[in-house]
Amino acid sequence: MKKKQKTIYSGWFLAPALIVFGGLFILPTVISLFFSMTVWDLKSWRFVGLDNFINFFSEYSLRIGIKNTFIYAILTCVMKVVIGMIFAVILTSKIRTKNLVRSIVFFPNLISTVAVGIIFSALMHPSKGLFNEILGMVGLPAVDWLGNRNIALYSVIMVDVWKGVGVATVIYIAGISAIPKDYYEAASLDGATGLQQFWKITVPLCRSSMNSVIILAFIGGMRTFDLIWSMTGGGPGFATDTLASVIYKQYAAGFYGMSTAGNVIMFVVIAVIAFPLFNYLTSKEVEV
Amino acid sequence: MRKKKIKLAIADVLVLGGALLIFGVPLYFLVINSFKSQKDARQLSIAWPESFHIAENYYEAFSNQHFMIVRAFFNSVIITFFSVLGLLIICSMAGYVIQRRKDRMTKIANAMILTGLMIPPAIMPTIWVMQKIGIYKTIFGMVLVEIALGIPFTTMLFRGYMGSIPKEIEEAAMIDGCGKFRIFGSVIAPLLTPIASTVVVLQAVTVFNDFVNPLYFLPGNDNVTIQLTLYNFMGKFASKYNLLFADIVLVTIPMLLLFIFFNRKIIDGMAAGAVKG
Repeated sequence: MKKKQKTIYSGWFLAPALIVFGGLFILPTVISLFFSMTVWDLKSWRFVGLDNFINFFSEYSLRIGIKNTFIYAILTCVMKVVIGMIFAVILTSKIRTKNLVRSIVFFPNLISTVAVGIIFSALMHPSKGLFNEILGMVGLPAVDWLGNRNIALYSVIMVDVWKGVGVATVIYIAGISAIPKDYYEAASLDGATGLQQFWKITVPLCRSSMNSVIILAFIGGMRTFDLIWSMTGGGPGFATDTLASVIYKQYAAGFYGMSTAGNVIMFVVIAVIAFPLFNYLTSKEVEV
Repeated sequence: MRKKKIKLAIADVLVLGGALLIFGVPLYFLVINSFKSQKDARQLSIAWPESFHIAENYYEAFSNQHFMIVRAFFNSVIITFFSVLGLLIICSMAGYVIQRRKDRMTKIANAMILTGLMIPPAIMPTIWVMQKIGIYKTIFGMVLVEIALGIPFTTMLFRGYMGSIPKEIEEAAMIDGCGKFRIFGSVIAPLLTPIASTVVVLQAVTVFNDFVNPLYFLPGNDNVTIQLTLYNFMGKFASKYNLLFADIVLVTIPMLLLFIFFNRKIIDGMAAGAVKG
C-alpha cells in the first residue's frame, strides 16, 4: 500500500508548488525575521536588534497604524457578519428577484478596489458629493467624510463593507440553503415564530459559514491597503494609516528594515489571533 | 392568499429597489459621469448629462500618454494569463497528490496551505530574493509572485475536488499499464475540468484586479499594469472626472463580461472555496 502510494502519487507532483511557494513565500517570510532587526537598503545591512520594533510602538505615526488596523479589521468583520446574514436571510426567502439581487450585491467584488476607492472619494466629496447632497436634502449638516480625522477611518470602513459584503452574503446563502427544510416546518408546527426560527435554527446551523465569513473578513481587514491608499493615502495626518500603509510608506521612504518590522508585526498579530480564533470557532460547529 | 401575494410583491419591489439604491447608484454615477463634459462632470452629480461626450471621452482615456492604457492592458492580460495557467498546472498536481497520499509530506503541505491562506507576504524580503535571482521588475517575476501567492487557495480548491473522484480510477489505469504521469495527465486531469474553470475565473479576477503586488514588485513605466495606470490617472486627472471615470469603465468592462458569462461559476466558486477552507 505504502509502496503503491509512492509509485502513483509521486512526490515529484508536489515539487513545482513547493519550489515556487517555498522560494517566494516561505523563504522571504523566514528571512524577514532577520531583516526586521536591521537597518537595510537591500545592498547592505546593519544589525540593530529590536530598535525597529521599539520605534514602532513608541512613535505615534507608527503606533496609530496598529490601532487603526484593529479598528478596521474588527468593525469590517462585525458589519460583514451581521449585514451579510441579513442579506442572506432575505435572499433565501420567497423573494422572486433573488438571483438578480444576489448578482447585484455580489458585483462590487469584481470591480478593482482602486476603482471603488476613486468612485467613493467622489461621492464623499465634501462640498459636491452625493452623500452630502442627500444629507442636505433632509436638512442635516454636511460631513467631511474623508477630511475629518475622526470620521475618515469609518468612511473607508463603510466602503470596504459595501464592496465586500457580497462575498459574506453568498457564503451565508450556501450555508442556509444546506439546512433541511423539515427543521423549519417542524418548528412552525410547534408554533415557533420567524424570529425564534432564525435564532434557534438558522444561526446555529450555518455556524460554519459564519466562521468562514469571520476568518476571511478579519484577515482581509488586517491586511487592508488598496482601499485606504486610493481613498485617503493614510491621511488626514495619520488618521487612516493601517499597518499595510505604514509598511508601504516606510518602503517608499527607503527604510526597508523598518518596513519589514511592520510586516513581521502584521503576521505575528494575525498568527496570534487568527489561528486560535480559527480553532475556537471550528470547535463550536454543529453538524447538520 | 391574495393578501399574501400582495405582501410578497411589495417585498420584491422593496428588496430590488434597496439593492439598486445601495449597489446600483454608485455604478450609475460612475457610468453617467464618464459621458459628461469636463465641466459638467466636475459637479459630481447623478443628473442626466447636459450633452453627451462619449466618443471623445473614451478616445481621450484610451490615447492618453501614448496609449498607456493599451500597453497596461496588454501587460495585465499577459500576467493574468500566465499566472492562471501556471496555477492550474502546479496546483492541480499538488492538490491531487496531497489529497491521495496520507503521510508526513502531505501533513507538511497542508500546514503550508493553511499558513499561506492567513499570513500576508513579507514584501521587502521577497524583493530581495527576486533581486538575487534576477527576476525583480520583470513580467516573469511578477507572474511567479502571483502564482506563489495563489498556490494556497488554488491547491485547496483542487484538493477538495479530488475528494469526489474515486481512487479506483487510478488503480484501474495502473493495472492497464499507465505510468504515473500518464495517469495524471490523461486520466485525472480531464476529470478536474469543472473545478479548473472555477479556478480560472476566480484567479483571473484576483490577478487582473491586483494593485498591491505590481506596486511593489513591478514598479516602473515599461511594465505598468492596468490597476497602476488607474492609480496614476487619479493623480493626473484630479479635476477631469469624466476621463477618470471613463478609464474606470474601460478597466471594469472585462470583469463585467466575465461576470455576465460566468455568473454562477464565480458566485458558487467563491462560496465553496471559502467554506472548504
